[in-house]
Amino acid sequence: MIDLWAEAQKIFTRYPPDRRRSALLPLLHLAQERDGYVTKGGIDEIAGLVGISSAEVRGVASYYHMLKLQPKGRRVVSVCHNMACTMLGAEGIVSSLEGHLGIAAGETTPDGWVTLERAECLAACDLAPMLQIDYNEMVGPLTSESVVQVIEGLRGDGIAPERAPEAEPPPLVDSIELTAEDRALLHEDDPGRATARDDEEWE
Amino acid sequence: MPETRVVSKRFREHADDSFTIDRYLATGGYEGLRRALGEYTPDELVELVQASGLRGRGGAGFPTGQKWSLMPKDVSPRYVVVNGDEGEPCTFKDREIIERDPHAVIEGALIAAYAVRAEAAYIYLRGEFGLGFRRLDRAVAEAAERGFVGEGIAGGDFSCPVVIHRGAGSYEAGEETALLDSLEGYRAQPRLKPPFFPAVKGLFHQPTALNNVETVANLPQLVMNGTDWFRSWGTEKSPGTRIFSVSGRVDRPGNYEMSLGVPLPDLLDLAGGIRGGKSFKAVIFGASAPWVTDPEITLDFEAAAAAGSMLGSGSVIVMDETSCAVRMAYVTARFFNHESCGKCTPCREGTWWQSKLLERLERGEGRAEDVDVLTDVCDSMSDPQLPYAPKGNCFCPLGDGAAWAVRSAVQLFPDEFRAHVELGGCPFEPERAEERAAVA
Repeated sequence: MIDLWAEAQKIFTRYPPDRRRSALLPLLHLAQERDGYVTKGGIDEIAGLVGISSAEVRGVASYYHMLKLQPKGRRVVSVCHNMACTMLGAEGIVSSLEGHLGIAAGETTPDGWVTLERAECLAACDLAPMLQIDYNEMVGPLTSESVVQVIEGLRGDGIAPERAPEAEPPPLVDSIELTAEDRALLHEDDPGRATARDDEEWE
Repeated sequence: MPETRVVSKRFREHADDSFTIDRYLATGGYEGLRRALGEYTPDELVELVQASGLRGRGGAGFPTGQKWSLMPKDVSPRYVVVNGDEGEPCTFKDREIIERDPHAVIEGALIAAYAVRAEAAYIYLRGEFGLGFRRLDRAVAEAAERGFVGEGIAGGDFSCPVVIHRGAGSYEAGEETALLDSLEGYRAQPRLKPPFFPAVKGLFHQPTALNNVETVANLPQLVMNGTDWFRSWGTEKSPGTRIFSVSGRVDRPGNYEMSLGVPLPDLLDLAGGIRGGKSFKAVIFGASAPWVTDPEITLDFEAAAAAGSMLGSGSVIVMDETSCAVRMAYVTARFFNHESCGKCTPCREGTWWQSKLLERLERGEGRAEDVDVLTDVCDSMSDPQLPYAPKGNCFCPLGDGAAWAVRSAVQLFPDEFRAHVELGGCPFEPERAEERAAVA
């Protein structure tokens, strides 16, 4: 289990003392690794560590492709569809995977195993057409057939889809005692607006 | 013509373990840093790099020594930042350098840090480079153990920590001021220049030497061998070698290091020539660069500029007769639309319109006037007047690049755009081969 507080103390030493905010991306990476995605709780924790508002943290996290604010699959498969890969058949790779997994690019399999996404150039055009697994391993050159084997090859990894689906993600608003006034402020009737509170400064 | 391996020499000859410190030290590693610290004052080092004519390998090609000399001497602290956020489509040389020769990046960064009297060196690494991050992280730890990073480097009185900062997926973070914003914990959006030229007001608003991975990887050998040696390759204005990332419709895509100024056919020979003996159509030096149809072009900054393009980050994307210009323009526009940071209107809206119009054309649902609308969108993003330089319509060069690339596609291949409208579909789809012949 990643101890975000302890990691933060180490990360802060890499930047000038009055520049704790530089630790934001490293901490967001760690929080995502710990929780599976960037959760509301993770955002609040980081905001507290860095000393800025949760809204600021969320604003940064939502900018970067690799940070997910919604639950993602246990494996993320990113298929490059940029210039070199397109010239060598990236669309065939995407449709082959969509057919095999039964989902469209941008979606996660119902069992929570794989999130399939289209990606812009991943800087491995010598492998085109290629894909990347979990923003780490690069695989290519692929064909519409071989890519299915690549995905099936992931099944022996111990986090295969035979497992029970993960528990429901935690609710957006943490369970705290709320007054009627709070509830009105939080627009409880409209959960999409329930994060409005983030916009206020932390201190 | 064989490769000229200077920067890539170590990792080509010792592919198995070039990333380890033992191999690095056994092949002359950290000697450049020792010599820089022992035999040069910081100012002499800046002069050496200026005299060598080394130009930035990231894309703009700005002279490295001149960049350093612009840093005010009386302001401290000062920083070195290495740009390892390689995101320009079809450029993959920095990734290979980082993964296979991480110590060269560290040594280069430290030489730069000594030259500009920096307090710390930060290496901003693209988030998707998982292997590169692990290798670089380990390399910094190994180098620190051997006394090359941290306090009292190589037993002297120069101290400099090296910090690896991992991005999280953003092309825009490769733009130098956006990179600094990202490194400071903000969204990767560009800053206004002036006043935020990195050399003057860079990281934490302090003077900063911001250089590309390949640029700093050149420094150790430059210090060891001197400017005459360095200038024995390349042209007068583009000295040295360059690692070209060759991709697209060639037989053996990959990184090939050659002297700057070699003709394109020599590079394509190394990459095995065009796939299946097809004929050459165009070469694209990275997504932002205007396309080039001259198959004999030489690969240096001046020749690329003379051909109405730019050498950019070293990517050489090869299109052959089977590659559809409209589809490539669409892929380019879709990319820029995806990566536009949203800070300025011409880029945020312009890339969206480009992408939508081109998608419609490629699907065969376009109208004849769509091509004019497309050109108009490009012109509003970047003034069509030559030369190719950011025109100030957009906040940073991302918008200009999107306009240049798409406009050049329309100008070079007007018939293909017309054919898409007339045929009501892409003439390059295999089943349309006969119709294509009829239109052409």
